[in-house]
Amino acid sequence: MLISNMEVVPGKKIATHLGLVQGSTVRAKHAGRDIMAGLKNIFGGELKGYTELLSESRDEALQRMSEQARTLGANAVVNVRFSTSSIAAGASEIFVYGTAVILEDR
Amino acid sequence: MSQLIVFLTLLALGYGFGRLAESRHYRSIIAREDALRSLLVLPDRMPPIQFQHHGSTLVTGSVVISVDYFKTVAAGLRGLVGGRVSAYESLLDRARREAILRMQEQAQSLGAEAVFNLKFETSRISQNAGQGLGSVEVLAYGTALIPVHGR
Repeated sequence: MLISNMEVVPGKKIATHLGLVQGSTVRAKHAGRDIMAGLKNIFGGELKGYTELLSESRDEALQRMSEQARTLGANAVVNVRFSTSSIAAGASEIFVYGTAVILEDR
Repeated sequence: MSQLIVFLTLLALGYGFGRLAESRHYRSIIAREDALRSLLVLPDRMPPIQFQHHGSTLVTGSVVISVDYFKTVAAGLRGLVGGRVSAYESLLDRARREAILRMQEQAQSLGAEAVFNLKFETSRISQNAGQGLGSVEVLAYGTALIPVHGR
């Protein structure tokens, strides 16, 4: 499954458009990490736990999106966009969407 | 009185450690930016013609950076008079540059020559909502163009 955030894929042409596909996940951090993050808010610096957590959830959202694309029979998802929103204190939603297409060699 | 002591201690800790973390981070950013200078990163939507036979794949880089206590207080004071909040400006600058660097590192490990259609996504982690910024997450993503051999 080819995933790209450009509208075109170099060297290929889009044979069929299959429409929008999306994947999302909502994740919360556990309390221990929240306490550590609270301390970090005094000292500053990177919150490695959160960085990891968010990139894991992003991978998960991408996976769900490509699964949906696969069931439609697509071999690529183009024009992919990410969106993040914090829906409650300590939980954030990662949302990824794109266009499922069938690519052919030019 | 004891509240004032706690406040001043936190302020001093934030100032000391925050400054140290920031200057260390900037040094590492500048060194890595120099090393990755040859890998093009452009916000253009379409790659030029010479990349026509390259493979493409999505690459991402993200970082969560926290404010320190001093920055929170400085930004709070700045909020009274208005104007540029330089405490937060440097924070976001660091986060964006770090996110680009991580994306570039991923692209380089895939053997890419360039990254096109760079997009940013900034979100706030509402960990201590109500008292300033808390921490910010910056995501940088784009399409890496990888040369395909034997074509």
